[in-house]
Amino acid sequence: MDAQVETASRELSYAQAIQEAMAIAMERDERVFLMGEDIGVYGGAFQVTGDLVERFGTDRVMDTPISELGGAGVAVGAAVTGTRPIFEFQFSDFATLAMEQIVNQAAKMRYMLGGAVSVPVVMRFPAGSGTGAAAQHSQSLEAWLGHVPGLKVIQPATPHDVKGMLLAAVEDPDPVMIFEHKLLYKMKGEVPEGYYTVPIGKAEVRRQGADLTIVATSIMVHKALDAAEQLAAEGIDVEVVDLRTVRPMDRETIIESVRKTSRLMCVYEGVKTLGVGAEISAMIAESEAFDYLDAPIVRLGGAETPIPYNPELEKATVPQVDGIVKAARDLAKGAR
Amino acid sequence: MAGKAKTGAAAKKDGANLPFLYQHYDHETLRGALRKMYLIRRFEEGAEESYMRGLIHGTMHLSIGQEASAMGICLGLTDDDQITSTHRGHGHSIAKGADVSRMFAEFFGKTTGYCRGRGGSMHIADVTKGNLGANGIVAGGIPIAVGAALTAKKMKNGKVVVSFFGDGANNEGAFHEALNMASIWKLPVVFVCENNGYGMSTSVARATAVKNIADRAAAYAMPGEIVDGNSVADVAAAAHRAIERARNGEGPSLIECKTYRYRGHSKSDRNRYRTKEEIEEWMTQRDPIEHFEEELQEFGVIDLAGIEAIREDVAKEIAAGIEFAKESPMPDVANLEKYVYTEQA
Repeated sequence: MDAQVETASRELSYAQAIQEAMAIAMERDERVFLMGEDIGVYGGAFQVTGDLVERFGTDRVMDTPISELGGAGVAVGAAVTGTRPIFEFQFSDFATLAMEQIVNQAAKMRYMLGGAVSVPVVMRFPAGSGTGAAAQHSQSLEAWLGHVPGLKVIQPATPHDVKGMLLAAVEDPDPVMIFEHKLLYKMKGEVPEGYYTVPIGKAEVRRQGADLTIVATSIMVHKALDAAEQLAAEGIDVEVVDLRTVRPMDRETIIESVRKTSRLMCVYEGVKTLGVGAEISAMIAESEAFDYLDAPIVRLGGAETPIPYNPELEKATVPQVDGIVKAARDLAKGAR
Repeated sequence: MAGKAKTGAAAKKDGANLPFLYQHYDHETLRGALRKMYLIRRFEEGAEESYMRGLIHGTMHLSIGQEASAMGICLGLTDDDQITSTHRGHGHSIAKGADVSRMFAEFFGKTTGYCRGRGGSMHIADVTKGNLGANGIVAGGIPIAVGAALTAKKMKNGKVVVSFFGDGANNEGAFHEALNMASIWKLPVVFVCENNGYGMSTSVARATAVKNIADRAAAYAMPGEIVDGNSVADVAAAAHRAIERARNGEGPSLIECKTYRYRGHSKSDRNRYRTKEEIEEWMTQRDPIEHFEEELQEFGVIDLAGIEAIREDVAKEIAAGIEFAKESPMPDVANLEKYVYTEQA
């Protein structure tokens, strides 16, 4: 990693932090450019690219046709021949249209060619529920891509991290998939000015605690922190680990936390079964940390349904603070 | 392979009645093209024989009978120009300058293979010669070629990219998305459809709504040209026009090479969807190598002794390539996970 050149910081939204990272990346390296649907004058469906086209022009902030498969393939071909594309999917759900290029080409090209090439492409996926957009615009598919060797899959949870991890992704020689929860876009946080990176593959302990560990991803980190505050009032001391990277997963930080608290809960928005929590649980079960456990592992994940439209049903589909509080209380008190 | 074009007086002397190929390229280049076509055919025959003898596993898709399109297109490319290829890509690879020893080594799964034994027949690439790789996914390479052409345009490096694909690929969404983007962005790319009549067992007539795949160029506002894919001269002339157009910044073209594969789709093919007579007719009446040899003799480029010398020379190179592959070391299983990610200091 480059030297961290952190200077003054100020409050930015998560979306502004992404935009700033992309601007810095383009200023630092003329090979970097952006591709995506309506990212030019429209500014992106979530206004993440905003006015970047005015600063960098249409050659570097390229609107693509509505062609996710072809667009992703163009990004892969451009990356493998010497540029550094950042490809925005309008919604992470549209990754399903481009899985061929992501899974068969981007992820495997280096391996299939015996190391003769690298594929330094970055793909951005606005993900998650909570916007009333229903089943085809609300999914959390990070576990799908996390299942593919050759990809790196990250889920930054804060404005600080998304800027630093995006800049790390652009520097990375391999394909990096960034899942950005849409409800985080307006969240504000301290973001250092200038260039810095946050390493891919490192989890972060967001809150120290002694009684149980919650490993959470993306927006669930904030819900877990809210839950931890409520539980603190009851005398339950929760440690919150922000996973940050789905692949490669940071085993050490999780094992270390479980060693300390002896209780583990995984909280993630993707469908519970065969999801990120399954991997964390299995990883602990296979490791020496299994011996530290004083209670069964608990997973809180998305319901086994498509995301519904009705707001009450939609909320019930993914873990909420109240549910985390209750499950954590039960786990800490050994009620399970 | 970069064909060596004639210049000045030599070009004029041959007169305007000769086909483009014979006006444009010198004799040495043309003999070299014949040699490469033999190299492609003998390579594939050698691979097939090695498979039958149980020396290599997996499967393979042979392009025997299609050598003229690979050679005719690549004649017009420089070493810096790039191609993407297909599951039936050995010909493209050799025509673009790959070493058959390293290709055999890849078939044998050896560390000296182009993919160090990780890719096999369907992923052979030689990036040093601009071959970005064969591809196991039908139409998978087409958007990648467009991306490579986008790089060429952005970096103004003068490169042209050729995307080879088969008739089956023209019904994949990736084909349509890629051609559209290449056209709206005026990218330096040439789309080459090798229409061998069948996508696995399904004939083009049964699978494709238009009569000619080149007709689809109209939908993307680019020239579409149909050529006899078994004639090096016809392919080379069309390739020259499309490559010049791309290099001049005028955008993409689509060339449809009508051709035929002698062998089945892959090693599991029982050839139940076409007749023996049909195969026989292509093999005896329209063989691309025989056709090219006749032309070369007619125009005084080579004589029978010269052809025989090429055959012997190619046979030696093939035998040496197989020997190299057999003798090369196997990968170490301890290195199984190497090359999944780029090694970083």
